[in-house]
Parts: sequence; C-alpha cells; structure tokens
Amino acid sequence: MATRKNPETKATKRANVSKDDLLKYYREMLLIRRFEEKAGQLYGMGLIGGFCHLYIGQEAVVVGLEAAAEDGDKRITSYRDHGHMLACGMDPKGVMAELTGREGGLSKGKGGSMHMFSKEKHFYGGHGIVGAQVPLGAGLAFADQYKGNGRVTFTYFGDGAANQGQVYETFNMAALWKLPVVFVIENNQYAMGTAQKRSTSTPEIHTRGQAFGIPGESVDGMDVLAVKEAGERATAHCRAGDGPYILEVMTYRYRGHSMSDPAKYRSREEVQKMREERDAIEHVRELLLQGGHAGDDDLKAIDKEIKAIVNEAAEYSKESPEPDVSELWTDIYA
Amino acid sequence: MTMIEAIRDALDIAMGRDSRVIVFGEDVGYFGGVFRCTAGLQRKYGPTRCFDTPISELGIVGAGIGMAAYGLRPVVEIQFADYMYPAYDQIVSEAARLRYRSAGEFTCPMVVRMPSGGGIFGAQTHSQSPEALFTHVTGLKTVVPSSPRAAKGLLMAAIEDPDPVIFLEPKRLYNGPFDGYHDRPVTAWKNHPLGEVPEGHFTLPLGRAEIARPGRSVTVLAYGTMVHVAQSGADAAGIDAEVIDLQTLLPLDLETVTASVRKTGRCLVLHEATLTSGFGAELAALVQAECFYHLEAPVARVAGWDTPYPHVHEWQYFPGPARVAEALRALLEEV
Ligand SMILES: Cc1ncc(C[n+]2csc(CCOP(=O)(O)OP(=O)(O)O)c2C)c(N)n1
Ligand SMILES: [Mg+2]
Repeated sequence: MATRKNPETKATKRANVSKDDLLKYYREMLLIRRFEEKAGQLYGMGLIGGFCHLYIGQEAVVVGLEAAAEDGDKRITSYRDHGHMLACGMDPKGVMAELTGREGGLSKGKGGSMHMFSKEKHFYGGHGIVGAQVPLGAGLAFADQYKGNGRVTFTYFGDGAANQGQVYETFNMAALWKLPVVFVIENNQYAMGTAQKRSTSTPEIHTRGQAFGIPGESVDGMDVLAVKEAGERATAHCRAGDGPYILEVMTYRYRGHSMSDPAKYRSREEVQKMREERDAIEHVRELLLQGGHAGDDDLKAIDKEIKAIVNEAAEYSKESPEPDVSELWTDIYA
Repeated sequence: MTMIEAIRDALDIAMGRDSRVIVFGEDVGYFGGVFRCTAGLQRKYGPTRCFDTPISELGIVGAGIGMAAYGLRPVVEIQFADYMYPAYDQIVSEAARLRYRSAGEFTCPMVVRMPSGGGIFGAQTHSQSPEALFTHVTGLKTVVPSSPRAAKGLLMAAIEDPDPVIFLEPKRLYNGPFDGYHDRPVTAWKNHPLGEVPEGHFTLPLGRAEIARPGRSVTVLAYGTMVHVAQSGADAAGIDAEVIDLQTLLPLDLETVTASVRKTGRCLVLHEATLTSGFGAELAALVQAECFYHLEAPVARVAGWDTPYPHVHEWQYFPGPARVAEALRALLEEV
C-alpha cells in the first residue's frame, strides 16, 4: 500500500500521544477492519443474510471518539453499527453471531446487523430507520443531566440522515435544555447511491447548529488523533454544562452502502485514491514505524492477535445454534 | 417483463403523455432507485421531472401534496414502506383530507409508491406490510398489485386517478411470482402469463378485484404476494379453492368477493401483515355481514404472527403454503 509522504499532521504534532495510545488505536481500528472483512466473507458464503452495512474506511471516527470518552458515557448510532460496538468493547463473538442470526447473538438473532444493544457498555443501539436515533440520543443526555452525573452521549448519524426533520427538532431541544450530547455527523459523502451534493443545500453540515446556538466544527475523520482531539473539545463543552456540540467528521466508506450495493454512483478511482492516500490505519501504522515506537514484527504480532479474535468470532457465529422458534414471541411485552 | 420493468414502463408512458407527471424520491433520479424502478427516467425526461430528494420522507410527501394541490401529478417513491412513518402525518392529515376540508375545491392527485412485504431477509425495518394503516384512513385509496401486468395497469390508473393513491409494491414479486417456497427456484416473470404486459397506455380500473384462479370449495381472499402463496397452498392441500386477487383494498370490490363466497360457502383471508387489526379483520367482518346465510364455517384468517418481523426464522414467520394448506383443510372439515 502506498504511504502518506508525511504521517505527521497538525494533530499528531499537538497531541501528546504516547506509544501505548498509538498502539491501542492501531489495534482497535484493525479489529474493526478485519472484523468487517470477515463479515463480508461470511455474507458472501451465505452465512449472513439480509442487510449488512460495513464500516470499513471509517474506523478512525469511533476509535478517536472512544478515546475521548469517559466511563459511563453513552453512545447511540444508526445501522452501520459494528464498528461502534467493537470500539466500545462489546464482544466480537456476540456481534458476529447476531449477524448470522444465532442464539449467541447480542439480540438472540432477532435483531440482525442493524439492531444490537449493550447496557453494560452503554451502547443504546443500532437503529435501522435513518435519523431515528437522534432524538433518542437527546433523551439519553437529558437523563444524564437529570441525574447530574457529568456523563455525555455520543449521538452518531450520517450526512444523509442530517436531512431528516427530526434532527432539527432535536437540535432545538438539546440547545434549549443545554443537554450534554455530542452530535457526531459521520460525513462519508454518500447516502446510499446519492452523493451529498445531490441532496444537501449547504455542504457544511456542522454549521447547521448555528441557528440553534450549537457550536460545530469539521474534523478530519481519517486522522484518529484529530478526531480524539475534537472529541475532547466537544465533551469538555458538554461536561461544563454548556450544552450540545456538533462534530462533522469527514470520512469515507470504502465498500458499498450495504452488501447488495452495485456501487455505480462513484468511480473506482475515487475509492482507490482514498484508500491509498488517506487510510486511517495506514496513517497510524506510519506514525508507529517512523516514530520508532514499533517495528514490523510488533505490528505483525498485533495482526496475528486480531486475526485470532476475528476467527474466533466467526467460528462462534457458525457454531452457536439458531434460537428456538418460540423466541419469535418473546420480548414483545414485559 | 418483470414487475420492475412494468412499473418503469408505466412511469415512462405516464411522463410521456402528461407533462404534469413528475417522479421523485430518495436515490430515484441519478441512481434510478434502489430497486431500479426509475432507471433511465432522469436521462429521458430531465432532472426537473425525475429527481433525487434528501432523506426526508415527511418533506417528500408534504411537498408532493402541495404540487398536487396546484395541478401537478407527483408520483413519489418511499424507498421501503417501512420508512413511511415520518410521512404518515402528511398522508393522513393533509393528503387524505384536502378534498373534504376544502369542500372539493382542492384535491390531491398524488401517488405514493412503496415496496412492501417480506421474504427478502429484511428483518423488522425492511419487511413490513402497513396496508391497514392506509385502509383505515378515509380519503386514501390503497392498491397492491400481484403481477407485472397488474402493476402497470393499476399504476397508470393510479396516476390518472383524481385522489391520493397508496401503491404498495410487494418487493418479493419484483422478479418473479414467489409462491412461498423459498427453497425452490422462482419462475421468472417472462415465463409466466402475467409477465406479459400490454404495450403503450394501459390501465386496469381501481376498485376491481380479479379471480386469480376459479374454484368451487372455498374462497381465498388475497392480495400481493399472498395471491401466489394462496395458489401453492391450495395445491399443497389438494383443494379446489377460488383465489380472489383484491388488487385494490380501498375502495374494495365487495361484489366479486361476495359472489364468490356465496358460491363456495367458505372463506379464508390471507395477508402477510400481522393478524390483529389487519385488513383481514375488515374483510372477515364484511364477509360475515354480507354472506352470513351462505357461510358453512366461520371465516378463517392466515396472517403474519403478531410479532415484529424477525431477522432469524423468516420462514417460520412468513405465512407460507404449509400454513395456508392447513387452514384450508381445517376450513373444509367444519360443517
Ligand atoms: C427513514 C428512512 N429512510 C430511508 C432509509 C433507507 N436508507 C438506509 S441508509 C440510507 C442512507 C443513509 O446515509 P447516511 O445517513 O449518510 O449514512 P451512511 O449509510 O452513509 O452511513 C438510506 C436512504 C431508512 N433506512 N430509513
Ligand atoms: Mg453517508
């Protein structure tokens, strides 16, 4: 893979980043990438059915923001949720087994790729309806404010979702009530087959909070350190009681919208260019190598370790049995 | 042709004949729709008549209502019926009521197309059949085609209709007459008589049912995908069932329904949507009121279970031929 000429960015220079931190981000991003590649393979083999949206290319967004999160902070997102779950420490086995529709899946196989949750990790779900998670995120933040516990909620949504009306109802309420919520717009420049310019009147989505008095900024989402830094600014603002904050994180998805996407709306060259010149994992890899923090062998060892975790998850997702048919009728009412 | 091609053909001809017809929705213009129903229309008619919208269902439908009130003929696409809920307020409070509210001065000749139904591993947010949410609303017409021929004829009629029409497209039928046997290959529409679609302008009247298959011992009321499942279920049970394809749910062709039930004396109602308060409840009530003295058994229903649509066990959930056959047998045993 071609490398960046200079992996040093403003953020890498500013951030007082340790070797351990870099290794941690590398490991976490690689886990997401390899997990998603495996999910893609299992899909191709027919072991996963239905809708499945991969996060490949966007890894630095969640890993950077998780690095800025504190214990007890909450997160909620859309259907493109595997990366968010892995980054907040949910079990890869449970995620993969949900994709294959097994009893060992996080929603017992009943929710599928788009619908998983974890109380323990404060992960309030994957949500299949575009934009629907945004007001829920404000509600979570309200509950934290009510309890006065200093926690914040990361509410993730896409550039396409940013055009749903409920987002703006939520912005108003969040600002009005000064809720501790970070709105994270993952701008990967496409909503399914529609490029942002075909659907969005003003390209700078982070400025849309201005009308409500919500500060916002655009962040390089291919640079995990820049994301972390911005995440720290945003959470500090929320924790200080100053209300919501918007981060528009500029990123890119390498794969199709979902597994059934013919990807005819963008050129292969465009994708290739991003992969080669802006890849977030490659970036950290270069920082590690050029900074003398790790050698090829160290990174190979990490690769191996990640591969083992992912293979174990894949095995589990095949071996775990399907839930009993009677499970169709459970979890509907208390 | 496939049902996708038939829908595209209907839109193409309608746009060609009438410059008031415009087509829009998410991914509809440049990309041609996620199911390709609008492919090529933007190239042919230009981006002012076929265009992309933001992901804003409420805005899409609401803007359509305004266009329709002012004389245009919008045909909007909601990408999956499951995404319709943000637009439901506009559909119910505005589209359905405009004529009444303005004492006939303003109307809403708009079509809202949406793929519905399951059988594609879409789980809870890509498989729903929300027809009863529309048939419950006076002022709306609700149409569900079961073949390419019906899709073209009914869609053209819907576009020409002076009132708002909800047009539910059973996505499992887009490429073939799915009969509920998920483990068998589906016949292609091109090898099916109803895949033969008349060329040019062609309408089928709204509010008219068709007898999909004549029979003597029991009447099966179905629409969409279940028209085909009804027939495979009857075959599996070896029962001479008369299958009625309702085509339009509201206004309902009650005459065709009652004529059949009076003849057979028994009635099974089918739908994929969940049972409770489904459109089948309305059908059962009408049949028992209209055909009470002809009935030899209580009206029976086979429908989706009263649960969310699951990710796993889709075929246990889907009311397939085995469940239909069992219900038919039970219905014939009643004396
Ligand atoms: C209410 C609603 N409308 C439409 C869809 C179909 N849909 C699913 S994802 C998507 C694109 C969303 O794009 P974006 O918000 O940018 O997120 P990304 O997929 O790029 O992560 C669309 C139109 C949906 N799931 N829900
Ligand atoms: Mg996007």
